[in-house]
Amino acid sequence: MNPRILLAIVVGVIGIAPMVAPAFYVTLLNYIGLYSLVALGLVLLTGVAGQTSFGQAAFVGLGAYTTAVLTTQYGMSPWFTLIIALGITLAVGYLLGIITLSMGGHYLPLATIAWGISLYFLMGTIESFGGFTGITGVPAVTLFGFKLEKEGEFYYFIWIVVLAALWCIANLLDSRPGRAIRALKQGSTMVEAFGIHPGRTKTAAFVIAALLACLSGWLYAHLQRFVNPTPFGINQGIEYLFMAVVGGAVSVWGAVLGAALVTLLKTWLQDWLPKLIGEAGQFEIIVFGVLLVLLLQYARDGLLPYLQRFVPIPPRKLPAAGDRLPHRTMPALGTAVLDVNAARKTFGGLVAVNDVTFNVNSGEVVGLIGPNGAGKSTCFNLISGALEASAGSIKFMGTELIGKSASDIAKLGLGRTFQHVKLVGTMTVVENVALGAYLRGSKGIIASSLRLNTADEAAALAEAMRQLERVGLAAHAHDAANSLPLGKQRIVEIARALASDPILLLLDEPAAGLRYAEKQQLAALIKSLKGEGMTVLLVEHDMDFVMGLVDRLVVLNFGQKLAQGLPEAVQADPAVREAYLGA
Amino acid sequence: MDFSIATLLAQDGLTNGAIYCLLALALVLVFAVTRVIFVPQGEFVAFAVLTLAAFEQNKLPGTVWLLLALAAAAVLSETLTYRREPARILRAVAGSALPCVVAAAVVWGVWASQAGFALQVLATVVSVTAMGPAVYRLAFQPVATAPVLTLLIVSVAVHFVLTGLGLLFFGAEGARTSAFTSTSFSVGGVNISGQSLLVYAFTASLVIIMGAFFKYTLFGKALRATAANRTGARLAGVSPNFAGRLSLTLAAAIGAISGLLIGPITTVYYDSGFLVGLKGFVGAIVGGLASYPIAAAGAIFVGLVEAFSSFWASAYKEVIVFTLILPILLWRSLTTTHHEEE
Repeated sequence: MNPRILLAIVVGVIGIAPMVAPAFYVTLLNYIGLYSLVALGLVLLTGVAGQTSFGQAAFVGLGAYTTAVLTTQYGMSPWFTLIIALGITLAVGYLLGIITLSMGGHYLPLATIAWGISLYFLMGTIESFGGFTGITGVPAVTLFGFKLEKEGEFYYFIWIVVLAALWCIANLLDSRPGRAIRALKQGSTMVEAFGIHPGRTKTAAFVIAALLACLSGWLYAHLQRFVNPTPFGINQGIEYLFMAVVGGAVSVWGAVLGAALVTLLKTWLQDWLPKLIGEAGQFEIIVFGVLLVLLLQYARDGLLPYLQRFVPIPPRKLPAAGDRLPHRTMPALGTAVLDVNAARKTFGGLVAVNDVTFNVNSGEVVGLIGPNGAGKSTCFNLISGALEASAGSIKFMGTELIGKSASDIAKLGLGRTFQHVKLVGTMTVVENVALGAYLRGSKGIIASSLRLNTADEAAALAEAMRQLERVGLAAHAHDAANSLPLGKQRIVEIARALASDPILLLLDEPAAGLRYAEKQQLAALIKSLKGEGMTVLLVEHDMDFVMGLVDRLVVLNFGQKLAQGLPEAVQADPAVREAYLGA
Repeated sequence: MDFSIATLLAQDGLTNGAIYCLLALALVLVFAVTRVIFVPQGEFVAFAVLTLAAFEQNKLPGTVWLLLALAAAAVLSETLTYRREPARILRAVAGSALPCVVAAAVVWGVWASQAGFALQVLATVVSVTAMGPAVYRLAFQPVATAPVLTLLIVSVAVHFVLTGLGLLFFGAEGARTSAFTSTSFSVGGVNISGQSLLVYAFTASLVIIMGAFFKYTLFGKALRATAANRTGARLAGVSPNFAGRLSLTLAAAIGAISGLLIGPITTVYYDSGFLVGLKGFVGAIVGGLASYPIAAAGAIFVGLVEAFSSFWASAYKEVIVFTLILPILLWRSLTTTHHEEE
């Protein structure tokens, strides 16, 4: 089935449901809509960005309580309180995010558990919040002079908001900042190499999720016209997460699917379990918990992928390859690009790189070689900013790199690849390459969500296509990156680095693990890049591979420079022969 | 506040803190070996109290049914896992379901024979400890290589299942157990109860034993190796599944003993474990989920903060304790360097 037809059917069903369905189901659909908003945030945060929050219910509560208190006790307009609620959520979310997300993976969920519990007790304790009995008499929302008092009327309001949110998040995921969020699961080193700040990007995803939850809470307060702390406890926080896991992260519609399935299951269980067990109690939580564990064990991507098989998504139309992005001014051929002077790196007592000095000039292909453990990769990491040198100087185009972050170094014009390929497996090849052009675009989250980024987006994709043609992989543009063999994935990485318009291309053991034919193709590509005037620093341990390829060689052994010069001279050097052959 | 109230609060805080400390130790232990942030730790505590309380009221503890439910699930899971190699089913069942069945039999036996307090305590510890390996086998072993995040979600799900089962098998009423000792001492005008001393002594010895176990024994090093690199540990002859099961068994045993210690101090309900466990958690985070002595100090600090805030702002006690985690996290984020998970 065509996805557009399916979408029209879904929207049609949502549109006529309240006219034909009994009131009970309209109520249920209202809740599904409200839950979908929260689950959508978690799809973005957990499914896509690889972070999680158990405190989403607290953000829902924040939205609900802010409007309930301000409208009933201070007579403010619900529209004004919406802005205030979103503002508070933004501040809280940002604060929690920057505190926890600059570190490893598991501090945000812990902080959100604590935050969820604190806010729950706070809502139940503060007297002007009505304690655990809550606040009644929350006014109805007036939209264009029309008071939304009946459930059937509010239904349309909720679902228009939900569809708008789905549209925005789908737009976001398919854009420059969205690709950055989708790349987060690959680890900080990769995203930083393209100028993406991982902590800030994760915080952005968390704040968006929090804002959606807050919006849902605001809607809830004006639908119910009453709030108390119960629906904002930590249990509900887990149910939201359950919805997101059930739906899965392959599409924003997973949020709606998850919200619908969990809500229906819960209603059904609450009817049947007490009859089965013979007493009342929240026994549905047992079933939910078991199902959640089983899902994570057997279907970690949720249920949507099973349904999506029936709706093959046609490949999107891409702009033709083009060159519409601004370029850097490249240095004149032969001028110094990289100047490594007595660079040193120590790990405790171990000197991994011992006062290494070499340089790379514009238009040159230089090979940094040495046997295993020679310090090549450490040296590479010092230049790319993944590690910081202990002493010495590394100048790139006259700028000192030591002390600069990987993403600042990327901004200066250094493009790199990874020894262990770091492509985003679930994105297409062209999207992966477009990630490389991140720093050459400018449109942010808001513009991208609202599709105000079409020119920017088209230029980035055209550039990605241009680089794919340059490396000869244009035919694979629509394939998922993880479907390619290793040799092609390495070349995609080169295309991604080229998309950043680098002055210097750093290749980290590009031939490692490749078959002979793949090595030949790679060598041909590097030669053709050299023919175009590209400056390349190549780290390799395969002497044969670099021999016919490079202008100059720098040989490291035990962290020290052993030799440098023309390939033939280096090959004949007795010290090098001894290091490589041990004879 | 005068001196006598302050000493009372301090003693109260120290006792609770010592119990949080035990939980913090169990959390650090489980995290260090399995990378699981073990949210259900508190449930073991609650189940121990409710089991012992049922014994004392001459009722058959719901633990029997809970254990049998876990055993049934384990049998089902092993059968499905090894459906193509029936020979292995029996051995696997012996490892995961059998301890639960034996423990259930012990509980039933102690109840039926109306045995004395000592045997009741023993049966309580045995029954709760037996849940550890079954929980690991059912929930965590199949996802053992998953990212920390997935493990955390599984962990929270397990917490909800256990809480629900607790309600089902123990009911909604709270319970208190009798103290091990009613003696008390007076030191310089300050009364110290024997029960508190017992708590301090047990906690202190466990901190030392655990620290030493992981630092100096080959077995402890093997468990740590599993946490660092499952494949590597396996190649070196350490079974990661065994390590995981062992760490949860130890955690469950620590939980059971914590329950025995906390039972006479507060009324415990089927869902009390969560908040108690989380407070241990705040302590564990102070130690970065890595250091036993720092986690212990953190947990005692949480106990003291809780005791004093219950005096000054009792309604906001929980709010204060859980908000405390934010400055702690901020401090940790400023002082620790982050290593990426590859």
